[in-house]
Amino acid sequence: MKLLRIVPDETKFDFMRFRRISFPISALLSILAISLYFYHGLNFGIDFKGGLLMEVQSKAPQADLAKMRTTLNGLGLGDIQLQQFGSPREVLIRIAEQPGGDAAQQAAVAKVRGALGDQVEYRRVEVVGPRVSGELLSYGIIGLMSAILCILVYLWFRFEWQFALGAMIANVHDLVLTIGFMSVTQVDFDLTSIAALLTILGYSLNDTVVIYDRIREMLRRYKKIPMPDLLNASVNQTLSRSVITHVTVSLALLALLLFGGQPIHSFTATMMFGVVLVGTYTSVFIASPILIYLGVGTGRDSLTASDDDKP
Amino acid sequence: MLYFTRWRAAAILLTAFLVCLCAVPNFFPSSVVESWPKWAQRHLVLGLDLQGGSHILLEVDTATVRKDMLETLRDDVRRVLREARIGYTGLAVRGNAVAVKIREGTNSGEALSKLRTLSTPVGGVFGTAGAQSLDITSAGNDQYLLAITEPAIQQRVRQAVDQSIQIVERRVNELGTVEPLIQREGADRILVQVPGLQDPTRLKELLGKTAKLDFRLVDTSMPAEQAVQSHSVPPDDEVLMSASAPKQPYLVQKRVMVSGADLTDAQPGFDQRTSEPIVSFRFNTSGARKFAETTQQNVGKPFAIVLDNEVISAPVIREPILGGSGQISGNFTVQSANDLAILLRAGALPAPLTIIEERTVGPGLGADSIQKGKISSYVGAVMVILFMLVTYGLFGLFANIAVAVNVAMIFGLLSLLNATLTLPGIAGIVLTVGIAVDSNVLIYERIREEVRHGRTAINAIDAGFSRALATILDSNITTFIAAAVLFYIGTGPVRGFAVTLGIGIITTVFTAFTLTRLIVASWVRWRRPQTVPI
Repeated sequence: MKLLRIVPDETKFDFMRFRRISFPISALLSILAISLYFYHGLNFGIDFKGGLLMEVQSKAPQADLAKMRTTLNGLGLGDIQLQQFGSPREVLIRIAEQPGGDAAQQAAVAKVRGALGDQVEYRRVEVVGPRVSGELLSYGIIGLMSAILCILVYLWFRFEWQFALGAMIANVHDLVLTIGFMSVTQVDFDLTSIAALLTILGYSLNDTVVIYDRIREMLRRYKKIPMPDLLNASVNQTLSRSVITHVTVSLALLALLLFGGQPIHSFTATMMFGVVLVGTYTSVFIASPILIYLGVGTGRDSLTASDDDKP
Repeated sequence: MLYFTRWRAAAILLTAFLVCLCAVPNFFPSSVVESWPKWAQRHLVLGLDLQGGSHILLEVDTATVRKDMLETLRDDVRRVLREARIGYTGLAVRGNAVAVKIREGTNSGEALSKLRTLSTPVGGVFGTAGAQSLDITSAGNDQYLLAITEPAIQQRVRQAVDQSIQIVERRVNELGTVEPLIQREGADRILVQVPGLQDPTRLKELLGKTAKLDFRLVDTSMPAEQAVQSHSVPPDDEVLMSASAPKQPYLVQKRVMVSGADLTDAQPGFDQRTSEPIVSFRFNTSGARKFAETTQQNVGKPFAIVLDNEVISAPVIREPILGGSGQISGNFTVQSANDLAILLRAGALPAPLTIIEERTVGPGLGADSIQKGKISSYVGAVMVILFMLVTYGLFGLFANIAVAVNVAMIFGLLSLLNATLTLPGIAGIVLTVGIAVDSNVLIYERIREEVRHGRTAINAIDAGFSRALATILDSNITTFIAAAVLFYIGTGPVRGFAVTLGIGIITTVFTAFTLTRLIVASWVRWRRPQTVPI
């Protein structure tokens, strides 16, 4: 049987030369993402913003969105968003946080239930009070920060500090771009988005570590090869693995994206962008070449030449 | 790398088999599993997002606890000083302390020592040794400030939360729901999860009431309206409104005849004459005695039944009530009489509870989510399996076997931990399939490389494994750290995701290091290959 080879054996792409293009592009995109975050903002879900989220299914074959909107707007609950999704019977109702603390949120739920009555089935009701939403956000941010820190310390012990720093720069780059993506697409930013960001972090590191592992091995074995060539060789050698792994991960994610349903839709969409698009690019075009600037392998040329094999 | 002793091979297979076996109870209906021995009953719990139900996070109002403590302290100071016949003025709660001024001419030293008797040691496991419940300072001019110390407040808050949990448990159990989960969250929060509950309105009503019931005498010396208008409410009285419309004020004594704590039972019923819904109750011995004494002394006068500072009804005492039982009527519906009986049986909360988070999933959405989770998992699995077969042929088959065992082991371990499976959790399992496949890809790609470097088949396989495993370990530990942090900070569904991801990484490393290697090693021994078919 002829087996599939997506990447031919012994590729010799000059990835390191691309750093003159990839670094400015990444810097530009990162600045763009950060300014998007500040000027366009994220679409905070109720987890972080507080408020009400109701998913209702109309008992009629088609939900009368206009009538529901009039009914709900008559309740005086401020900003109400209605959105149809999935089948024509399903409607997502978002109501902004009510002034007046936790009790006011509960009163609003009762009002909506009273107004819509038995015309709909309540498939999901979420109410997050003002204090909980604040805590969830700060926990989320603390979580992301401490994850990055823990991983950094681990890499520092396992490799040299330049590798740890390189991996961290690459990771922050991934997170910044993903947040930019979330700002552009305005997907709900909620607790599962934090989970998505952390998974992207893990996956992207996973990829970076695989390549770093190879670089370290090459550094030990070949003492005379110039740094850019050595990095190129390392990336090329692991290229087939990177591509195959990303194909399988994207196959799994694609299935989740197409068939996983609304509650995890923003999660999988974010993962798809972060893991497949950004993660791969970063480990090849950012994480590896940055080692040149961080001074990995400086002083190698002054070593007495040993009898290196050709890589 | 490719040599396994028989014992090791057997141990690996046995471990994998036993862990997979733990997943078995999930395939049987719970009625069947219940007849099995206890140790075999461990199974996956479906999260509320999958089976439907209500998640409600309550917060104990600690401000009320503090306020109550201060008011009790003020009353204690009054009692102690009166008993010792020490004159005082200006007794009041001031900020976080109670202030009192001892009258001139009395022995302030004696007063101070009396006040000191109110302070009790705070301790136990968490308190600092020797801490006192009160911090008494002199503000000069025989004026004293009695502040309650922070350890004493914390101890009281802890007790209040414990007590609230018990009462919440009793109230929720009265709803007759299956396996409700009630647990403490943080210092002052209570998490209530009720699987299968579709409309939490009634639950929220039951939880939202303090249910503090008192029987008090009504002051008939002047009409309540007049007391309000002329701002001349006697110091021992207060004005309370009626619970039902039209709202009507009552002038009620502050002193409590009998409190709800003395109730032993409460049942909903119907009045025999008017057939209105009522709640009948029974007092314990001391409650019955107090009630009998007060009603004997106050025949012909009205008394008020006060629930959460609202007057439910104010009947006139026609004759002494000696039997220790009675009934409450007051515009009840069947439902509200039933709820009041539940609340009275469960007891009063030490402080009000506030709902700060609510998440309810209807059963329809839960079933849909399971369905979608299944479909996406199957589609994902089939695509990955096919891709591996096309890419690696026979070795792809080995990888698929290893990944299948891996997934079975994840379910086994999750069952063993009685873990909760949520929708993000299913996503975690699907992603683990991706990671598990990656470990095989790493090994196979390394073998391909070693073959290209001119090694013999067996040599290449051996070297491929030994080099790839180091990388697999490194990369999985980094992902595991992310999963651990997620578990630590996450709640509910997110935590479910972290658990499956973390367990998935452990099983992935296990299968890569043992099972995949064992399968390939057995194949090598059997076929003695000259070339590697990948």
